[in-house]
Amino acid sequence: MTRRQRTLLFVTFLVTGIGAATILALRAFDENLLYFISPSEVAEGKAPAGRAFRLGGMVEKGSVEHAEHRLRTRFVITDFAHRVTVQYDGILPDLFREGQGIIARGRLDRNGVFVAEEVLAKHDENYMPPEVAGSLKQAERDGGAKP
Amino acid sequence: MLDFLHRMASPPHFYRLAGRLLPWLSAITALLFLSGLWGALFTSPPDYQQGESVRIIYVHVPAAWMSLFAYVVMAVAGAIGLVWRIRLADAVAAASAPVGAGFTFLALVTGSLWGKPMWGTWWVWDARLTSELLLLFLYLGYIGLRAAIEDRRNAARASAILALVGVVNIPIIHFSVEWWNTLHQGATVFRSGGPAIDPSMLLPLLLMALAFNFYYFVVLLLRVRTELLLEERRTNWVREVLS
Repeated sequence: MTRRQRTLLFVTFLVTGIGAATILALRAFDENLLYFISPSEVAEGKAPAGRAFRLGGMVEKGSVEHAEHRLRTRFVITDFAHRVTVQYDGILPDLFREGQGIIARGRLDRNGVFVAEEVLAKHDENYMPPEVAGSLKQAERDGGAKP
Repeated sequence: MLDFLHRMASPPHFYRLAGRLLPWLSAITALLFLSGLWGALFTSPPDYQQGESVRIIYVHVPAAWMSLFAYVVMAVAGAIGLVWRIRLADAVAAASAPVGAGFTFLALVTGSLWGKPMWGTWWVWDARLTSELLLLFLYLGYIGLRAAIEDRRNAARASAILALVGVVNIPIIHFSVEWWNTLHQGATVFRSGGPAIDPSMLLPLLLMALAFNFYYFVVLLLRVRTELLLEERRTNWVREVLS
């Protein structure tokens, strides 16, 4: 074997070896790499009891209630299978609206209400001008299928 | 064929070739930046949800793409230098690192500036953001390692191995948004089912991406030329060039 082939072999082993080790390590840490959990996982009892965690899902349409004279908001986060009621005292991000994906950090209280300390808006991968979004909505209202 | 490649990769030949290409590449880069920025700032519409803030995309996304691209160039060139001992490859690897680090920094900063108004936070430790930050540290480690070893050959070898170890991070960055729940949204352009962005926004985005790409090659060639002069400073051709 020449020196060149030895080095080539070394490079191949290095890259595949590190790759395999990383895959195994990431699999072992899988749970910890999840930035948030869904309402269904909360329903399955996967939420850490008494500890803060992040809950992610859609803000249910028509569920947002603003308290009078104070900065308290109550709304429902859903993944269309299960729902969790969230209560938050603070300023919501610009993208927060009904039907929007959001991530809230906080903990469950005794009544199963999620008391959030922080609410982040998740935005999706779609970008379009307002007119296009408007005509899409119009088409939906007219009962036509989405183009 | 191999003979041809060898002649192309000879430092004096490459030095002259790069010198001839550079004015053309610079002109194309300038044109691409002008048309891309014009599209990004004036002709493209605001987003239906994000409004005018969406324009950060025209810097953020090309910078993030190029941060990955520059790393792959650096690692592949490092491997070629390691196996075939081609001086030009070592010079390319060394030249790519600072440019890539710059793109990574730009992607992180613009992402942070975008995150505050849209998500409501400057920074979160989700898989995408964390792996991109790791990329910046890999670049910085590479530059540091290279500078720390006196002997040029040893420096090239050690840093090439570091670059190859770090390659594993590249697919992690790209797929992080699919493999795990992240605050960062999924891919918009490189996804199954075609780009999820309106053509009026996609065109300036691609123009800017192309501009970043050409800019990268211009800076890369400039740096490679300097690397070659430094490395071969005791040879006749350098003396001729500099006289």
